[in-house]
Amino acid sequence: MSKPSSSPQKVTSRRAFLQGSGLLLGFTMLGAGIRPGFAAAEPVEGDVIAAFSPDAFIRVDSDGKITFILPNIEMGQGTHTGEATLIAEELEVGLDQVTVVDAPPNEKLYTTALLGGQATGGSTSMRATWEPLRKAGAAARTMLVSAAAAQWSVPVSECSAKLGVVTHQPTGRQLAYGALADAAGKQPVPSDVKLKDPKDFQLIGKSLRRVDTAGKVNGAVVYGIDVRVPDMKVATVAACPVIGGKLGAVDETAARAVPGVRDIVRLDNAVAVIGDHFWVAKKGLEALTITWDEGANAKLSSADIMNTLKAASKNKTPIMARQEGDVAGALKAAVKTVEASYELPFLAHAPMEPINCVVHVRADECEIWLGTQVPTQAQGWAAQVTGFPLDKVIVHNHLIGGGFGRRLVAEYVGQAAAIAKQVSYPVKVIWTREEDIQHDLYRPTYYDRLSAGLGADGLPTVWIDHVAGGSVLGNYIPGGWPQDKLDDDAVDGAAKPPYDLPVIQVDWVREDPPMPITWWRGVGPTHNVFVVESFMDELAHAAGKDPVEYRRALTKNQPRAAGVLELAAEKSGWGSPLPAGSGRGISLHNAFGSFMAAVLEISVSPAGEITLQRAVVAVDCGIAINPNTVEAQIEGGLIFGLSAALYSGITFSNGRVEQSNFHDYRILRINEAPKIEVYHVKSLESPGGIGETATVSAGPALANAIFAATGKRLRSLPIDRNQLKSDGADKTSVSMMPPLAAPLLAVLANGKERPETGVETEAETL
Amino acid sequence: MIALNVNGEDRSVDVPDDMPLLWVLRDVIGLTGTKFGCGIAQCGACTVQLDGQPVRSCVLPVASVGSRHVTTVEAIGTTQSGKKVQQAWLDLEVIQCGYCQSGQIMSASALLERNPDPSDSDIDAAMSGNICRCGTYARIRAAIKQAAKA
Amino acid sequence: MKRLVRTILAVVVVAAVAVAIFLFRPAPLPDVSVAAAKLPTGQALIDRGEYLTRAADCVACHTTSGGTPYAGGLAFKLPFGTVYSPNITADKQTGIGDWSDAEFVRALHQGIDKQGRNLYPAFSYAAYARMTTEDALAIKAYLFSLPPVHAEAPKNDLGFPFNQRYVLRFWNLLFVANGPLPQDEKQSAEWNRGAYLTEAMAHCGECHTPRNLLYGLDNGKKFAGAELQGWKAYNISSDKTTGIGSWSDEQLFDYLSKGHAEGRGAATGSMGEAVDYSLRHLTPEDIKAIVAYVKAVPPQVSSDKAIVEAQPPATLTTSIAYGPSPDSVAQGGLGLKLFQGACASCHAWNGEGLQTPYAALRGSRTVNDPDGTNLIQVILKGAHMTTPLGKQAMPAFASAYSDTEIAALGNYVLAHFGGKQSAITPADAAKARAQ
Ligand code: FES
Ligand code: FES
Repeated sequence: MSKPSSSPQKVTSRRAFLQGSGLLLGFTMLGAGIRPGFAAAEPVEGDVIAAFSPDAFIRVDSDGKITFILPNIEMGQGTHTGEATLIAEELEVGLDQVTVVDAPPNEKLYTTALLGGQATGGSTSMRATWEPLRKAGAAARTMLVSAAAAQWSVPVSECSAKLGVVTHQPTGRQLAYGALADAAGKQPVPSDVKLKDPKDFQLIGKSLRRVDTAGKVNGAVVYGIDVRVPDMKVATVAACPVIGGKLGAVDETAARAVPGVRDIVRLDNAVAVIGDHFWVAKKGLEALTITWDEGANAKLSSADIMNTLKAASKNKTPIMARQEGDVAGALKAAVKTVEASYELPFLAHAPMEPINCVVHVRADECEIWLGTQVPTQAQGWAAQVTGFPLDKVIVHNHLIGGGFGRRLVAEYVGQAAAIAKQVSYPVKVIWTREEDIQHDLYRPTYYDRLSAGLGADGLPTVWIDHVAGGSVLGNYIPGGWPQDKLDDDAVDGAAKPPYDLPVIQVDWVREDPPMPITWWRGVGPTHNVFVVESFMDELAHAAGKDPVEYRRALTKNQPRAAGVLELAAEKSGWGSPLPAGSGRGISLHNAFGSFMAAVLEISVSPAGEITLQRAVVAVDCGIAINPNTVEAQIEGGLIFGLSAALYSGITFSNGRVEQSNFHDYRILRINEAPKIEVYHVKSLESPGGIGETATVSAGPALANAIFAATGKRLRSLPIDRNQLKSDGADKTSVSMMPPLAAPLLAVLANGKERPETGVETEAETL
Repeated sequence: MIALNVNGEDRSVDVPDDMPLLWVLRDVIGLTGTKFGCGIAQCGACTVQLDGQPVRSCVLPVASVGSRHVTTVEAIGTTQSGKKVQQAWLDLEVIQCGYCQSGQIMSASALLERNPDPSDSDIDAAMSGNICRCGTYARIRAAIKQAAKA
Repeated sequence: MKRLVRTILAVVVVAAVAVAIFLFRPAPLPDVSVAAAKLPTGQALIDRGEYLTRAADCVACHTTSGGTPYAGGLAFKLPFGTVYSPNITADKQTGIGDWSDAEFVRALHQGIDKQGRNLYPAFSYAAYARMTTEDALAIKAYLFSLPPVHAEAPKNDLGFPFNQRYVLRFWNLLFVANGPLPQDEKQSAEWNRGAYLTEAMAHCGECHTPRNLLYGLDNGKKFAGAELQGWKAYNISSDKTTGIGSWSDEQLFDYLSKGHAEGRGAATGSMGEAVDYSLRHLTPEDIKAIVAYVKAVPPQVSSDKAIVEAQPPATLTTSIAYGPSPDSVAQGGLGLKLFQGACASCHAWNGEGLQTPYAALRGSRTVNDPDGTNLIQVILKGAHMTTPLGKQAMPAFASAYSDTEIAALGNYVLAHFGGKQSAITPADAAKARAQ
């Protein structure tokens, strides 16, 4: 039996990761990738052994047990159910007949083509597996049916499969898959299989019950943080509060005196206390007196970072992402020009399950238990830290209590391995929530400048988007991202908005912040679509047009975009009157291969407080493999995005993160959540991504709704509610103003103030 | 030694008085269904019931549990309301990552236990202390109502 | 005529010289040898010093949050500028490492530093003046037993004339007593011990007694309550309505020694610190003595509205721990919404405190003060307390919640837990933030 055959990896620094195939999150690569291990059947460590193992995904044992080994991990997004559905559809089994397990780390077999590595992220899972997993199911079914036909000595064409049983139609003879497993294993693997016509789908398109939830209602499932192995101790850790700082002196006296503290372990930039349980480890950590060597960032503040970014945006030569038409000429000819700039904050992921990892470093091998979006990267980190070859690093992947991009990086596995290396027993490292918030790898801050020229009809004759920010991809590439090369993620959502924009320029100035950064739910589009869709609304306003009407005029050649726009407008009752102080905002985009229009209805109190009333989302995600899951992802993704747009922003002062837990990194709660309605545009296109799509819609729909409700255009996130006060004098917490006065005051206030960064210029009539 | 009754079973644990019940359950007794999310009573992931009432176990010193019966998500299915809540959760596909759901289920079943027909504002009062990062709020609301009817 | 002028002139000159001598003559050092001789030596002295240092709560002022104890640097925003507490560790350059015993005693008794400069009365030497020389020396012995910390405190930021330290000599003349607190033979030994602890050590009056225009304590209104640094120090005189006259001895004892009392809520802000750093370390006898003394202070009726009615409001009594009564939901609004999310799971709708009695709000003056002064502060800044069952803490909500939200939450809490009509405004919250 061969050992895991991942390509050898070498981790050179915290920034460097995944060389070889490299984790190339290029959404533009859609369809260009390799097929994951189709027809390969070499068993690997942690594999499921069965009589019939036609490929990397399907195991049918003689006792009838059917197991699917799924290439993508489950973190709540419904991947396990979706991928199992694809296989089951073609294999002709019911979802309730199968067991699903996570794939072990194996780059060869379980690479996600769209990501170029074994990873789950970027809303790629269903897009990447749509064909390969159905083909795997069809091939296996073909082999099972052939085995049955051979046994009965009848033509294959007379046999058919259903619910795990092959039937010889003329005679009604039946054989279950289990009984055929041995024989099927001896059948040749078909080189080409015919997939079902979508009209014959039995499972795809049905809202099947999820496969991962039964054990989630009674505490039975095991997340990474729940793993318990014999003789395990628990550690908690404090890394230098200043980014990039190092550990100085540590006085252990008081910590050693805490009963149950076992060991105190020093790392280059952190110190960990190991105890019999988490509580004692935490108490021990609190009892340490630590001196930090704060290093170069000791004075760093958010304002410094933003100022540097703004200067770069203005002074650095950008890298062109897209340029079509005569930009300069069109600008000159414009009847009106509009300009605005937007600022987006650093964001923490804050998944409900704090960062954790169990590691046991033995004399010649290392075993890891955790939940990760990147199992091979986790393996690579542990190999690098322990010095063991990859095949001596055993990774057990578990369910994930929320990823959102945080678990697309496995740097903490390196830390956990470095701790475990110093002791003989297995250690479970758990970060406190404070550590989790303050030592996340953040979604970076952005500063974007947009301008457009409008024609006589008010529509944009030219569109210019200068994006400025760090290269997230650069944090994944050994040696960093090449300076002169476009990071597609940086302009994803900006380069190809779903509008008829004949003259367009989108460029990118790269300015990496001084801390490691990573993706956050919605990746490039969460940032860019906020900017594009806010600006589109500003253009509509400048043109004196209704925002939906304006977008309608710009999507004449964008049928899928137009489809969701119309549906959302209709279902939301767009244009119907709302009470004073209320407003509707729309956002439209085409991220992750799906099209989505969202209308958010809000009200803003005179004191500036926002109530989210109702969200109406129309989606065209191609074939919805599991419509209920699509809806759940849209609901959840929208809440996630609204929570961030309303409340979230990581800020730095003296090199330290100022937020620490949910009291100051605030999360939207159930009593703040809007009603959400989801409508599908029926489509036969291949499935688009859905896990992040609605997160992208949230921010711009909110900002546009705020404008509709108050006349105030907020161009930075999170929303500054102080700017939304319309009761002026700040006299009372409960306004005594008659409801009609609020919009009136808002209009007056708006008339008085020039927007801070938005500038409209009427061209002089020649 | 501290005596506890957890899920109907008497136990005694040798831990410091000030250790939060959460860690006694997870790290000493081995009931890992109760989750750690914040440690400061802001998220509700650690919710268990004491004599049927929901409490945040991350800030509850084990010594103050006393003779009250601790019920965790592992045993909530043995109560009437707990069972209904679990079923409604599955029927409406409330759960995403599931990490917050132990706490949600504990809060929701305690609510139904004292209020068999909760209104929206009752649900707000009982459930707003439970954060769900996956954003399953709409379904939680619907599932509580369904469980109430069941 | 000329003579008259000359006489007047002479009088003026003599007076001026006298004033100048008064203002600028180096203050003499006390003789501490007699007191020193009475003290134990070695560890016994240090132990006594540690107890007294706690009783005098030196750490509260001479430590920044998260800083090394006694290393100073804490800012005091006074009406006339900002002063910073000095480093009182035995560091020779930045602390008091080269101070003699006599210099230390002079500082405690007269508010004069090693160089002979007058110290600002943010340093409560007006109270410590009543301390015995022995106790002062014991405190020094303890401070000098700790490792020296090198830490320069920031420069004071005071405008003219407050930066003219000699002016303080007039102030001292008016407000600083001479010599240790005398025993009152008419009172019990317990009362006398309590008086000494309260006045010379715990310096309760420094916060709880209102100040006059000259910033001196107005002892005619002893313990009638005052406001400082954005917090209210409540009336702790024996007035039954506005003071602590209706508290039982046991409640007072618990509040002082544990930081909370059944039916009275928990100490937060500076009082929380006073309990955490100082009072909870005192012996039960000493706490009882303080209670005996404080209860004997004559009642002072203050205008403060932080009055806890004997009958709690219906919103509270009809709510259960895990759910508000319909009445209280009806009050609704933003404040209710915020309370549901971030507060209810600790404080409980019936105000009893869920996981810990330290979260109990019922009967607390803070939730009964229509001004909401301390309530807003504690919401913004949080609270913490070391208790027999570990550290109890409430997080600080300042950064994620808007002024409007803080004000709405404050108004809701006052209505629900105190039955008080209040009108805290976002501007009030903004002001409290700045303090
Ligand atoms: S872990 Fe207890 S409330 Fe968050
Ligand atoms: S289901 Fe993931 S946090 Fe709630």
